[in-house]
Amino acid sequence: MNEDNGYWRANLRLMLVLLSIWFLVSFVFGILIVDFLDQFHFFGFKLGFWFAQQGSIYVFVILIFVYVWQMNRLDKKFNVREEDE
Amino acid sequence: MDAQDLTYLFVGLSFALYIGIAFWSRASSTNEFYIAGSHVNPVANGAATAADWMSAASFMGMAGIIAFDGRDGARYLMGWTGGYVLLALLLAPYLRKFSKYTVPDFVGDRYYSQAARQVAVICVIFISFTYVAGQMRGVGIVFSRFLEVDITSGVIIGMAIVFLYAVLGGMKGITYTQVAQYCVLIFAYLVPAIYISIMLTGVPIPQIGFGSTLADGSGIYLLEKLDGLTTELGMTAFTSGNKSTIDMLFITAALMAGTAGLPHVIVRFFTVPKVRDARISAGYALVFIAILYTTAPAVAAFARINIINSVNDVAYDEVPEWLSKWEDTGLVAWLDKDGDGRIQYRGGAPLEGGAPVYTGVRNSAGARNVANMGTLNDNELYIDRDIIVLAHPEIADLPAWVIALVAAGGLAAALSTAAGLLLVMSTSISHDLLKKNLMPQISERQELMFARIAAAVAVAVAGLLGIYPLDFVAPVVAFAFGLAAASFFPVIFLGIFSKRMNKEAAIAGMITGLTFTFSYIVYFKFISPETSNPEHWLFGVSPEGIGTVGMLLNFAVSLVVCRLTPPPPAEVQALVETIRVPRSA
Repeated sequence: MNEDNGYWRANLRLMLVLLSIWFLVSFVFGILIVDFLDQFHFFGFKLGFWFAQQGSIYVFVILIFVYVWQMNRLDKKFNVREEDE
Repeated sequence: MDAQDLTYLFVGLSFALYIGIAFWSRASSTNEFYIAGSHVNPVANGAATAADWMSAASFMGMAGIIAFDGRDGARYLMGWTGGYVLLALLLAPYLRKFSKYTVPDFVGDRYYSQAARQVAVICVIFISFTYVAGQMRGVGIVFSRFLEVDITSGVIIGMAIVFLYAVLGGMKGITYTQVAQYCVLIFAYLVPAIYISIMLTGVPIPQIGFGSTLADGSGIYLLEKLDGLTTELGMTAFTSGNKSTIDMLFITAALMAGTAGLPHVIVRFFTVPKVRDARISAGYALVFIAILYTTAPAVAAFARINIINSVNDVAYDEVPEWLSKWEDTGLVAWLDKDGDGRIQYRGGAPLEGGAPVYTGVRNSAGARNVANMGTLNDNELYIDRDIIVLAHPEIADLPAWVIALVAAGGLAAALSTAAGLLLVMSTSISHDLLKKNLMPQISERQELMFARIAAAVAVAVAGLLGIYPLDFVAPVVAFAFGLAAASFFPVIFLGIFSKRMNKEAAIAGMITGLTFTFSYIVYFKFISPETSNPEHWLFGVSPEGIGTVGMLLNFAVSLVVCRLTPPPPAEVQALVETIRVPRSA
């Protein structure tokens, strides 16, 4: 039982970190401070515009793969990984 | 062969492929019919989810919206992809562990209540139904524009195809056709985008191309050039926004939470063998979706620049053929306000009353006259934004086979989404309503038969709505997300992350969220549409973004009611314990 709680706590911590990044790149960079970021340039893009229409999506993809990788590690560490058939 | 013959060939070949798959993957049990026996490979499930998810609106509509809204179009880009992060981290793995057939199954079992199950069934049917009507209409439009059959025959052909693989194959048939449909639609989307990117910038990757310099030797960045053109013509600069920050925030949040709460997407994660497959499958799904979603803004920028260059200040009798062809379908109109015989394409709406109303007479230049009064600005050209993706290959003068490919891609996008929605509706009826509620004594064979009958009826009704569109359907489709965000997302999320969450809280929350969101939308869309502007909106949030407020209300009500009522029974708390770990001891 204690081990389960350790697993769940580690899971919540990981989620919190990843969701903060999720919030930052979309709601903060893409919407809240988009005009401020637009004064900087990233190749031919204004930076805020790039985050709103491209960058946030790339980060979303990376976030899910980091989550998968970390959760598989946790599954093994706490011995709750499903057996292979 | 001309474009028409090629279109017949491509559409015919893709349909033959779907029918072939339907016969190869017939379902023989309810388990196969509902969740493909949970044997789907995670990569295949990712592709199927992507096709399931990307509808006629994603394929045809989104780039068009971005082309005209510029930076504000990002609400759809972020909203419809960011939701997958929520789905992967908060819902999919736990629902897979729960391992039942439907979303109402989870709501009913987790909240130990038939009433909660019934509310969920109603939500599923309502959300899926509004959504599916738009898909069949999309099928009709592609058929009528590219194959020159009337919309009715187009819809009937589409229905027959969906009927074959949804009714015969259930989830198993749908999954494998969706994988094929993903390949068709992504190929059809990328080929013209790459073509046009090379023509305009010399860069073969559209995502990089639209941030590069123009290939005309001027050394100017494409987006800079586009900002210059749009500003010069009195439009909002392409990379600047028009919408208020608060509305952008709320719309994006509603689309994200709505995406995570859409039943036809959630159910796809029941089809993979393991919890860890559900996680990685969400990752693959987002990769497949992101390929199209990062290409769309590039297509939008290319299209905007191509349209301005090809029609602005051009005499009507010299305009390219695509303009008059789309004018014939009623999606383009020109009102020569200054009488110079040339098209002035400027900022602002050209016509009073929105869409053009044609008089049936043509003017001296040959354009269709409109009955609308002109607005006071200088803009003379009306272009419906839904035509952008379909018309762009013609605007850019691409070869006929590319145009034919786009038609096949549009059909794949519409049919794959329609099939997924029809399946969750039929499952809700045969499994949640009949087996789990009204007629628990039926055998599995009977349940499977009811599932097939329900799927057949749903196909027929969806088809009828495509042929005789109800005026209230179109504006409601976009709000399916708001309703999903305000109902399912909080209930499922709290059901996993709070052991204390009980049935009273869930029912009160769902009803509050739904009633509030639904009333707000109905008020501003149907009862008092003339007051639908930021001054009258609650906190300046448009009906599109109100689902976020509904969701927050749902959370608030749930948390309060939950404190005031008894905790759920011990076995339900134990169930929550179990779904939180992939392999419980």
